[in-house]
Amino acid sequence: MDNLVEIDNMTFRRVDRVIYDGISLHVPKGKITAVMGPSGIGKTTLLKLIGGQLTPDAGDICFAGDSVVSMSRSQLYKARRRMSMLFQSGALFTDMSVFDNVAFPLREHTRLSEDVIATIVALKLQAVGLRGAASLMPSELSGGMARRAALARAIALDPDLIMYDEPFAGQDPISMGVLVKLIRELNDALDLTSIVVTHDVKEVLTIADYIYILADKRIIGEGTADQIRNSESELVQQFLKGEADGPVPFHYPANPLESSLFGGEQ
Amino acid sequence: MNKYKTELLVGVFVVMTVGAVLLLALNVANKSMTSDGDTYTLYAKFDNIGGLKERSAVKVGGVTIGRVASISLDKEDYTPVVKLSINQQYGEFPETSSVSILTSGLLGEQYVGFQPGFSFDGVANLEDGDYLQDTKSALVLEDLIGQFLFNRGSEE
Amino acid sequence: MKFLQSVGANTLAKVSAAGRAALMLFGALAAVPKAKNIRLTIRQVYVVGVQSLLIIIVSGLFIGMVMALQGYTILVDYGAEGSLGPMVALSLLRELGPVVTALLFAGRAGSALTAEIGLMKATEQLSSLEMMAVDPLRRVVAPRFWAGMISMPMLALIFSAVGILGGHLVGVDWLGVDAGSYWSIMQSTVDWDKDVVNGIIKSLVFALVVTWIAIFKGYDSIPTSEGISKATTETVVFSSLAVLGLDFVLTALMFGIE
Repeated sequence: MDNLVEIDNMTFRRVDRVIYDGISLHVPKGKITAVMGPSGIGKTTLLKLIGGQLTPDAGDICFAGDSVVSMSRSQLYKARRRMSMLFQSGALFTDMSVFDNVAFPLREHTRLSEDVIATIVALKLQAVGLRGAASLMPSELSGGMARRAALARAIALDPDLIMYDEPFAGQDPISMGVLVKLIRELNDALDLTSIVVTHDVKEVLTIADYIYILADKRIIGEGTADQIRNSESELVQQFLKGEADGPVPFHYPANPLESSLFGGEQ
Repeated sequence: MNKYKTELLVGVFVVMTVGAVLLLALNVANKSMTSDGDTYTLYAKFDNIGGLKERSAVKVGGVTIGRVASISLDKEDYTPVVKLSINQQYGEFPETSSVSILTSGLLGEQYVGFQPGFSFDGVANLEDGDYLQDTKSALVLEDLIGQFLFNRGSEE
Repeated sequence: MKFLQSVGANTLAKVSAAGRAALMLFGALAAVPKAKNIRLTIRQVYVVGVQSLLIIIVSGLFIGMVMALQGYTILVDYGAEGSLGPMVALSLLRELGPVVTALLFAGRAGSALTAEIGLMKATEQLSSLEMMAVDPLRRVVAPRFWAGMISMPMLALIFSAVGILGGHLVGVDWLGVDAGSYWSIMQSTVDWDKDVVNGIIKSLVFALVVTWIAIFKGYDSIPTSEGISKATTETVVFSSLAVLGLDFVLTALMFGIE
């Protein structure tokens, strides 16, 4: 088994808006796969599809060889114990301390004694550098610390797959650097498979083993960091360089300005 | 939140509820009076029951000895039958006892006044399911006024 | 044509919301409660029950006092101030206890439930529970639902009891109604099954409706600040209307037919 996650010709609609139109995507085991694209393209949706929280309208999504789409509820819950997701906001439980947040999945899914749980939690928090912050409440953490605490919670059960939803969004350069380092190190040290969904080009190119670029409901480019950098696609180049106008237009589709302002058809 | 404090306060909450239930049961609804176990049933037929209702009191000289359990109409002679449930502790009334429908005060509720009869040889005590023979109906205001006017008319 | 279409669209939206609400409740209650969930429920009884206690006691006291004051001025004209006890007790047990408790509960605890669950949704906590293979219906919704079902009848009983004591305070201690007649006429009028038990049944029904609306509005809210504020308002408005409407139906069923 080389690919942990395989998406095959998948189509997804939200009400009558097509989000994905027949995309295929592979996440090789033990690697960091990045999914990039402009905002509003539904990258978070992709992670929710892999996690089975949403169901595609056509096509198939496989996790470790089993189709997530056709799983029963209990099979899905079993599969989810092997994956975890780092939400953009961190999604820490606000009524629990950092320690209890990290201990939460252990208490829910294992019958370990409190002593063992305390040890595991301390180790996980040590890995993200927050062992000293165990007794703080989530509201007392900075955004970067909250994300690291959530990361400690995500790895508490030693999952096979971690999905990062915009891990770098709104971070200062230092915490961004910390997160980049953590993602790479955790992936290698814990033998994880990672999917990083982001639009921060520079950071991702330094850590990702393989990159997909999504735009306009399709995959417009894929390859290793070097292949992407040297891509000849105008769309990919616009995205990498952050040009304001190009194949992805600056303007949201609208009537020509002249006709809107100076009478004529509305 | 301190777990101990949470549980303590939930405990206080439960105790307060039990207190409220006890107050309602003993002081307000007087549950011990209405319990079914220790009552027996008597029946009485009236021509007119006026404003008597279920759960109206049955009193002997002002002391409540039971309640009206139900009111129905006899299917053969179309007179109201009142079912009285009397506390077992007042179980020694002779057959000659009589009942009447009375009103407490000018505007008060109607109740069943129970008049114990004299007891002498050959008269048995009332038992569960017996009918009281001697009954006086409720006074109806319109009848009284009608009678009064009729009498006035005949005097003149 | 447009009107008909909007009627149709509205009906479909309402029916599908009702369906989602039923599915949510079913999903939450289908689970066999575990020891851990009982502890979570106790914690929620603290949040929705104990924290509503003060407002319930204060309101109950004042409503009992006001009823005694108003009732006395009317009854004393007919020399029937002895009926003050049953008047206060019956109004509280049959109507005011369950209804006012449900209305206060909707405002105090129901809105908080909606806002809490709505915010958990907005901050992706519910999603994150699901991704941790923990069912948010069982972990978050079920304990709150049971806590509401347990707390509200308890609060209603306390409300009625405190109100009767408040009536005693004003009627007997201040206005001079005879204490013996206050209690004894109350005792001869109030029936345990008919008045107290029916009041408890009423407040159980209200608890179901208010808690259900509150939880569903939070769970189904649009996860934005505007969506949550709208959901919170709707919780209070809908559950108040539902309580008042249901109260009429229940009263007709329980006391209407003699």
